[in-house]
Amino acid sequence: EFRRFSLERSKPGKFEEFYGLLQHVHKIPNVDVLVGYTDIHGDLLPINNDDNYHKAVSTANPLLRIFIQRKEDADYSAFGTDTMTRKKNVLSNVLRPDNHKKKPHIVISMPQDFRPVSSIIDVDILPETHRRVRLYKYGTDKPLGFYIRDGSSVRVTPHGLEKVPGIFISRLVPGGLAQSTGLLAVNDEVLEVNGIEVSGKSLDQVTDMMIANSRNLIITVRPANQRNNVVRNSRTSGSSGQSTESSLPSSTPNILGSLLQGEEESDEEDIIIEDSGEPQQIPKAAPTSESIESLSQIELLHESTQNGFLPSSEMNLNHSAGSISMEYEVPEPGHKPLEEDGTIITL
Amino acid sequence: MRRFLRPGHDPVRERLKRDLFQFNKTVEHGFPHQPSALGYSPFLRLMAIGTRSGAIKLYGAPGVEFMGLHEENNTVMQIHFIPDQCQLVTLLDDNSLHLWSLKQHGGASELREEHRFTLKGPPGSPPSATQVTAVLPHSSREVLYLGTESGNIFVVELPSFRVLEDRTITPEAVLQRIPEDNCNRRSCELVEALREHPKNPDQILIGYSRALIVLWDLQSNKAVHHFLGSQQLENLYWQRDGNKFISCHYDGSYAQWLVSSDNRQSEPLENTVPYGPFPCKAISKIYWQTTRNGLPYIIFQGGMPRASYGDRHSITVIHGSQQTAFDFTSRVIDFFIIFSSDPAAEFDDPSALVVLAEEELVVIDLKSAGWPAVHPPYLASLHCSAITCSHHVSNIPLKLWERIISAGSKQNIHYSSMPWPIDGGTNIAPDPPQRDLLLTGHEDGTVRFWDASGVCLHLLYKLSTVRVFLTDADPNDNMNTLGEDEWPPLRKVGTFDPYSDDPRLGIQKIYLCKYSGYLAVAGTAGQVLVMELNDEDAEHVVDHAEADLLQDQEGYRWKGHEKLKTRDGPVRFEAGFQPFVLVQCQPPAVVTSLALHSEWKLVAFGTSHGFGLFDHQQKRLVFVKCTLHPSDQLALEGPLSRVKSLKKSLRQSFRRIRRSRVSSRKRRGAGGNASEVQEANAKFDQDALQEMELAPVQRKIEARSAEDSFTGFVRTLYFADTFLRDSSRHCPSLWAGTNGGTVYAFCLRVPPAERRMDEPVRAEQAKEIQLMHRAPVVGILVLDGRSTPLPEPLEVAHDLSKSPDMQGSHQLLVVSEEQFKVFTLPKVSSKLKLKLTALEGCRVRKVTVANFGSCKTDDYSENDLAVLTNLGDIQIISLPFLKLQIRYPCIRKEDVSGIASCVFTKYGQGFYLISPSEFERFSLSTKWLVEPRCIVDMPEVTSNNHVHNKSGTENAARKSSPGDCGEDERKSGRLMEHALLNDEKVLKEIQSTLEGGR
Repeated sequence: EFRRFSLERSKPGKFEEFYGLLQHVHKIPNVDVLVGYTDIHGDLLPINNDDNYHKAVSTANPLLRIFIQRKEDADYSAFGTDTMTRKKNVLSNVLRPDNHKKKPHIVISMPQDFRPVSSIIDVDILPETHRRVRLYKYGTDKPLGFYIRDGSSVRVTPHGLEKVPGIFISRLVPGGLAQSTGLLAVNDEVLEVNGIEVSGKSLDQVTDMMIANSRNLIITVRPANQRNNVVRNSRTSGSSGQSTESSLPSSTPNILGSLLQGEEESDEEDIIIEDSGEPQQIPKAAPTSESIESLSQIELLHESTQNGFLPSSEMNLNHSAGSISMEYEVPEPGHKPLEEDGTIITL
Repeated sequence: MRRFLRPGHDPVRERLKRDLFQFNKTVEHGFPHQPSALGYSPFLRLMAIGTRSGAIKLYGAPGVEFMGLHEENNTVMQIHFIPDQCQLVTLLDDNSLHLWSLKQHGGASELREEHRFTLKGPPGSPPSATQVTAVLPHSSREVLYLGTESGNIFVVELPSFRVLEDRTITPEAVLQRIPEDNCNRRSCELVEALREHPKNPDQILIGYSRALIVLWDLQSNKAVHHFLGSQQLENLYWQRDGNKFISCHYDGSYAQWLVSSDNRQSEPLENTVPYGPFPCKAISKIYWQTTRNGLPYIIFQGGMPRASYGDRHSITVIHGSQQTAFDFTSRVIDFFIIFSSDPAAEFDDPSALVVLAEEELVVIDLKSAGWPAVHPPYLASLHCSAITCSHHVSNIPLKLWERIISAGSKQNIHYSSMPWPIDGGTNIAPDPPQRDLLLTGHEDGTVRFWDASGVCLHLLYKLSTVRVFLTDADPNDNMNTLGEDEWPPLRKVGTFDPYSDDPRLGIQKIYLCKYSGYLAVAGTAGQVLVMELNDEDAEHVVDHAEADLLQDQEGYRWKGHEKLKTRDGPVRFEAGFQPFVLVQCQPPAVVTSLALHSEWKLVAFGTSHGFGLFDHQQKRLVFVKCTLHPSDQLALEGPLSRVKSLKKSLRQSFRRIRRSRVSSRKRRGAGGNASEVQEANAKFDQDALQEMELAPVQRKIEARSAEDSFTGFVRTLYFADTFLRDSSRHCPSLWAGTNGGTVYAFCLRVPPAERRMDEPVRAEQAKEIQLMHRAPVVGILVLDGRSTPLPEPLEVAHDLSKSPDMQGSHQLLVVSEEQFKVFTLPKVSSKLKLKLTALEGCRVRKVTVANFGSCKTDDYSENDLAVLTNLGDIQIISLPFLKLQIRYPCIRKEDVSGIASCVFTKYGQGFYLISPSEFERFSLSTKWLVEPRCIVDMPEVTSNNHVHNKSGTENAARKSSPGDCGEDERKSGRLMEHALLNDEKVLKEIQSTLEGGR
């Protein structure tokens, strides 16, 4: 059933009003529906709040195609990225909803309910053979979930090819953050950790650097598989990592790039509990002119809302929630100092 | 951007840094690890010790020491001083010979390697042909005689090491001159001993392994006499007059032979098996010393009955009817006798027996009745029980110093009063700037107090905590109780005793307040003892309290060791530090941190479960705080070793073995060997790399979580009088930092002195800081309004420090393994940080505030942080701005025990263990530097060597002091005298230093 009606592009109004309008136009006032539209890439994307509604309206060229499905027999898989390649299939699914089984009900939340888990950053300044990946560990339940090892790689030097020691990713923990992003793979060579080159550093040093930065880890790797490299100037939305990034403001890569260069003040804020009161984030002392750039301030703000850094007793839980699976894993290298101070090495 | 504003571009600061900081490894204290050879020069009165790692160390009068390192890092087999020269020859186990000289350079003597040489046989000859077994430096100082396995004796010229082939003494030549039929070619295999005739330098005595002994005339190149023993020969010794010599043998016998021109007898005058009749072990070395009273001293090593006492390491001294077999705690490497070296003297008149055992040096006074041991001023066996912790206290007040010395002297009454007999050379180093104490805690529950002021690390006093507890071994159960008629007459000597009766007694933390004399000591089974210095023996009851650190937790089971049982009723304590309070933590886990505030009379202690505060004035527990995370089962169950998986511990122990092998080979050179060490390190790195390629090791990358194990482990405790609650009132506070990155701050209410006994001390938690990076907190420090660290308790009361600035706002410095962070107080807001690990991949292992004075001007000094990282680097970080000043590589990163043992002093020096028995001393300061500086004069060749050596100040002091005060007392007396003279000066200096820093 098709309907065609007009909207004022400059004043699209609120999603609720639009939703009402759709129900009214289709004469289905009490039927819950899912609203979707096709963007310029041909992806079928949901309209369920003001933001994506405005976005949808702004992409109308001049026509905006909107798909409406009954909620109870909606095909949720039709939404999302990468639907371009499956367009026909998607459309046929949408048009003939009885063709497929019902999927569990998923509520897609507002963008601010999402948090980034990873991103590829600094694409513009890195060689194409390298990839700089940012893993956002904070707030997530998932372990970082990867291992590194020593190895050797071949470098081109003035004296010809030379075998040099290097650090490589040796294993990804299934279900871990590293694996779920799809941006890191076994045998990728680690070149930098948070902007600091690892060459000349031992495996233990690199381990310590990564753990020290684990709340905001930026690793530059030379992927073992060089075929999936980002091609300049034609950034296709190909991975989940980038799709999450697309929910951030378009200036995000720049923020991250500059953060990497500067001091990451925002990555960890200690907590203070005064007089057994409520835990609070420790504020910064009177900011000095050199201390933080405004960009990281933005980031801080952004983060504190996203991570639930709200002054409540949830604070600790948020971080101690960890993951139950971690509890029984091999103790971290961070335990070494303990062993030395213990009874085993008696010194 | 801040990144580009790196510190270190300010030329003024750069110049100042050069005036303040300088890294030197200055001296090695303690006993050389794995000694392998001993040498002595009666002429220089210097002793030389060689080690299995190729080091050679020379010792003379206290403060006179030299060190050298053979590039090959091979075992030193023999050391021979060239008679009447400042030279010595070493033989290594790769058959190479090395000539070392003591040469004066810049006003002080230095030990240098001059030449090296390896004996080469004719082409095609087996290696045994030139394998050197005996070395004789001839008194002419021109040649060395080298006895070999083949029986040939080669002659090499000195110092060129040119082989004088025409002078080689071949077995054939020897046999030609011996008419007897019972000697054949095999009799002349393997030269065991070469001895020059004491009166006639043209004759040498050659002892072959198969008991053929030949007196060889070097001029006529023929055998003058020959003697044939019946048992395999071990060694030879000439009597002083040259008429007789003595041989010792494999079967535990020795024989005396007469050398007279007309008598060609081949039977010994006397042949004895001193510990017969049952089979005995070999006598490997023997001395025959003549005395004025006619009764000789016969001193030999070994010879014990094989079946019953074959495992003993003994040296027997026989003098007339007196006979004692000194029973050493470890294998005897070698020994020598100090006797009259004056060639004109008629008798040997031995004065001391010096024995180098594998783990200690023992010197026996042969002049005094009962042959007591002499207390060595250096070469102390630090590891007589394994060192478990150390604590350094700088600038000890004179009064406390004297009291500790007096307590120690009461323990040393069984030592001989003989002055230290090895007294060559002159110590020209300036007197130590202050009195420093190094306290070492040991596995057997003792704390040793060392004088660490100067080059000689000297034991002042030993404290045992064992008496407080009931242990299986009764301390009165002494092994020295030997009956009169015991045979053999064994007598235990030495202090090395690595076997601890009860590992729970081990000392883990020490804190000494130098002003009040209060000492807190904590151990493996959660015991915390508070002690007071008492100059008299006393018998009293030790107050006992228990601190249940799991108070409000339930359902946990401690699977570790039990707490120590205490003695009921009064206990007798000898003069010195006497415990008056014992707190036992429950569960009895290792005490991991300790702090004592002598002004407030409070002691704080922490374990892996929590921490507590004890009022030792009222003898009352103030509070305990459990720091455990509820899910941390592992910490509850017991010692850490239990929770490690077998696989992991196996892997680690293999690594440790590998590491120890490596570390035993690698040693630092005293100088000039840096490139060699670097090369070796490079090779090691390469090897390590190859190894890793064979078996890739992987490391898990995971953020720390609150649920990790041992997050509650209390790493550091700190008392401070600061602004904890509001900025108008400061109050006493206690700070604790845990392994999980939490800092707890407690506000304390200590009643004023007049009501101190009436009102209880109260504590209330005021703050809790959780570092989000969750790295272990290793240091907490409060900086006053001038950004100066708060003074130690009582420091201000003793006028040794300015009172802290309570006007300006205080700052809190929290040092975790990964970061340095400065927070404001009382409102905690973060001010500054240095993310060390994120930048460099290294973690903080030790951190201390050190005061650095400028070497250019006396009126400038500043406080900085001295930091040791897990990579073995030392970094100096400025206060309060946390800027990295300088970095020095210090300890190899593989040397985990070295890094763990490191202790910094308050004036920029430090110590770390390079072996279980040796501390390396290093200095980061240009101003405070303690290193040996000594001179060994090249003596004119005189007939009386004694005269020359008595020019040294040491000797002069010895001469003037009556013989009844011990070496220990004499030295300390001198120090005290110096201290008295300089005390005021020192105080003033410190005062000005402190003021300069503001």
